[in-house]
Amino acid sequence: MTQFLTYLLLGIPIGCVYALMATGIVVTYKTSGVLNLAFGAQAYVSGCAFYVLRSPDRLGLPMPVAFVLAVLVLGPALGVLLDRALYRYLRTAPPVAKLVTSLGLLVAIPQILQLKLGSTPLTNPPGVASDSTIAVAGVNVSTNQVATMVITALAVAGLTLMFRHTSLGLQMRAVVESPRLTSLTGVDAARIGTIAWMLSSAFAGLAGVLLAPLFSQLSDIDYFTVLVAALAAAAFGRLTSVGLTLLGGVALGAAQKLLDGYAPSGSVFWTGMRGSLPFLSLILLLLFWPGLRQNRAAADPLAGVDPPPPPPAAATRDRRLTVATYAIAAVVIVGGSYVTYAVVDDFWLQLVTHGVILALVFLSITLITGIGGQLSLCQATFCAVGCFATAQLTDRTGMPVLVAACVAAAFTAVVGALVAIPALRLGGVYLALATLAFALMFENVIMPLEAVSGGSRAVRVPRPRFLGISFGDDRRFFLLSLAFLGLASLVVVLVREGTTGRFLHALRTSETAAASLGIDPARAKVTVFALSAAIAGFGGGLLATFNGAAGRTFYQAELNYFYGLVWLVLVITLGSQSAQAAINAGLSFFLFPRFLGLIPFLDQSTAQGVAFVLFGLGAITYAKFPEGIIESQTRRITGRLFPSSRATAEVAP
Amino acid sequence: MNDAPTAASPSPAATTPRPLLVAEGITKRFAGICALDRVGIDVADGELVGLIGPNGAGKSTLFACLTGLLPPDDGAVRFADRDITDTPLHRRAGLGFARTFQRMELFAGMSVRDHLIVAVRAHNGTGSLVRDLLFRGRPTAAEHDAVDAVVALVPSLRTVIDQPIEALGLGLGRLVELARALITEPRMLFLDEPTSGLDQAETAELAAVLQSVQRDHGTTIVLVEHDLTTVQAICTRLFVLDHGVRIAAGPTADVLADPRVREAYLGAGA
Repeated sequence: MTQFLTYLLLGIPIGCVYALMATGIVVTYKTSGVLNLAFGAQAYVSGCAFYVLRSPDRLGLPMPVAFVLAVLVLGPALGVLLDRALYRYLRTAPPVAKLVTSLGLLVAIPQILQLKLGSTPLTNPPGVASDSTIAVAGVNVSTNQVATMVITALAVAGLTLMFRHTSLGLQMRAVVESPRLTSLTGVDAARIGTIAWMLSSAFAGLAGVLLAPLFSQLSDIDYFTVLVAALAAAAFGRLTSVGLTLLGGVALGAAQKLLDGYAPSGSVFWTGMRGSLPFLSLILLLLFWPGLRQNRAAADPLAGVDPPPPPPAAATRDRRLTVATYAIAAVVIVGGSYVTYAVVDDFWLQLVTHGVILALVFLSITLITGIGGQLSLCQATFCAVGCFATAQLTDRTGMPVLVAACVAAAFTAVVGALVAIPALRLGGVYLALATLAFALMFENVIMPLEAVSGGSRAVRVPRPRFLGISFGDDRRFFLLSLAFLGLASLVVVLVREGTTGRFLHALRTSETAAASLGIDPARAKVTVFALSAAIAGFGGGLLATFNGAAGRTFYQAELNYFYGLVWLVLVITLGSQSAQAAINAGLSFFLFPRFLGLIPFLDQSTAQGVAFVLFGLGAITYAKFPEGIIESQTRRITGRLFPSSRATAEVAP
Repeated sequence: MNDAPTAASPSPAATTPRPLLVAEGITKRFAGICALDRVGIDVADGELVGLIGPNGAGKSTLFACLTGLLPPDDGAVRFADRDITDTPLHRRAGLGFARTFQRMELFAGMSVRDHLIVAVRAHNGTGSLVRDLLFRGRPTAAEHDAVDAVVALVPSLRTVIDQPIEALGLGLGRLVELARALITEPRMLFLDEPTSGLDQAETAELAAVLQSVQRDHGTTIVLVEHDLTTVQAICTRLFVLDHGVRIAAGPTADVLADPRVREAYLGAGA
């Protein structure tokens, strides 16, 4: 019994941190419609700031000063910045555009911070209280944990009182109901929105500072995991109720510690499950928690009165631009391939080959996001499924590796459909969350299994032999990858131009009208999800044979969930709707940081960081340039240079 | 094409024996507000009926319940003697349903032609992923013919057929919606405020198209409409809603003369 109580008491402070962050998520979601995935990153910023301000070997400021600066100044300041610079302009943007923006920030913010802080790890983070323990109900609890519980209780109580009894709270609740109606009564809804952002960001900052002493060092990955737990808590509160959110957070924290304490040790599966409770909870809540998926737009009585948004300025693509692009692309592809094949050294050859395979994988993002209009945050996971399936098939059955890759692709398609069928009921933002939770589950529970990744020893994968030709040689393998990339591009173009693409285009722009015409939304979406998973899976197979082995190390270095996010924001930045943008993205992923690294004062790891920051920041422009900022600017510039082009304008491909 | 219809009453077809679409006791509540209170409606095969009422009367909600966009809380909808209350939206197209929307639902980024191709292909059910991958996903000659046929019916679309939808004004947009519905050769056509935002010439074209579709193809048409001139010109029968209740039903002239209707719809002083 005391043991049970111990686990429970240890779990509650963690649960409090979940609840704090979840409360911030709920406040922002209610007032601005943004499901802010960057909250983890914001918490990380405050956590790092507190570390730098407080830590004796850094600035060593007194605790209250550091606390005020990190939580009450920096947190809200970041909130104001995000609102004024970004989210204010997204108020009427579709939820998915808002989500992409927060994804971009999620990728960019930690990278910016790491560029600022350097590579020295921030170890032994200080807490808000001194490091002593006190006995609560016979259990030793650290003062930091007690402080966390007290501060959470105060913060949530304060928020509730503010919502119920102050005029600001009343105005915020009014904004939740309908920003437009509230504006009509003379309240500055934009100002209320900014205040909500400050408030919620302060909660993120508070969570970030309280969370720090629970880890031995500060890492953005831990903060992200906590964010997912907070999302589960917020989902438990149906993204509306602060009380339920608090309960959900605390219950999740306690359940996690109890699972830690009672789950069998020594099993890979249970080790994975322990860390995965938040992800599993999120999936289950998304699928089965009633009332979560109420249509927010439907709740706004004035939602229907907005005129349809004006067409984007660069919605059409000049035919000559298309022709010019094809011409340039042909020259670049042929020339680039020749140079890669015949001129460059092995290092660059491998880099380009890797990029070519990645480009093939990115085509799966073009399919699902650009053509299907769905945000999947688990494309790297599908790639990993294909990778491990190919490895296991060749290793166990001796199947030729290309055949194995095809079987693996089919298998991944089934996995994709199985993920999609329940998740598509959710749609939009919730589908993205479900795929994220799936990616994290795979990473923690399934990937470590010996049957999947070969355990501690990677599975060897041979290079293919095909029509009597061995592709063990890197130059030949490069040509083979190029051929598969061409094939995959053809598939994407055929799908886009064919029935599937047309139906999905219709569904993307008006699901109601498309369904009224007899297009089955679920069927069309599952189809594209499965096809997209198949392409990612086949790419995974190619990666396995290119690398020569597939195992945990390879997964962590190439295919972990975070790459899934970076890939997505990169493809979105370059243009999610065209095959050529996916190819650019695939090559940029490796080559761009290398080229940045050629700048004299940038070392390679800094260049990598800068590249990730730029990838992320590019995606926050998605709401304004849904066709991709690079694509959009190209169209704009062509329009300026050749102004007569409107007459020959055609619908963008 | 016909000239614009005048205010003369159209050919009476109100006494067709067998109703094609019947809704009974349709009730719909939104958070305590009763948007529809046991509303019934029946439409005979080949008829052109109007659904009118002041703002907030529940016309759009009833429409949504009839077309499958919203499930009614209570009541049943039957189409050709078949209960379709729970039939999902996308299956109703197969029964011969087609509709236009009050708040336009066009496919951004598509040309007018693509709108029609999507509609005719969805109707024929001839497209599949496999065909796409076998280079057989592009529009066929038969599909282009179907587009030409519907453009002959809605001639203003001829000059804009390959324009992106963004380049079109509201009036042409509504006609695209109409053409997109017509190309599926519907048995049952629902139009939600088709003339709102149209100028006089466009309204006349729309009325003419509707009458010729009803006459030549035997299409049954239900429309929600604000413009009483149009309603008077083309509808044989009317249903009137006010505050979620059906307050009148019958031949157009009788209903418009009904004092209760005049009071509810036109205001007490009318």
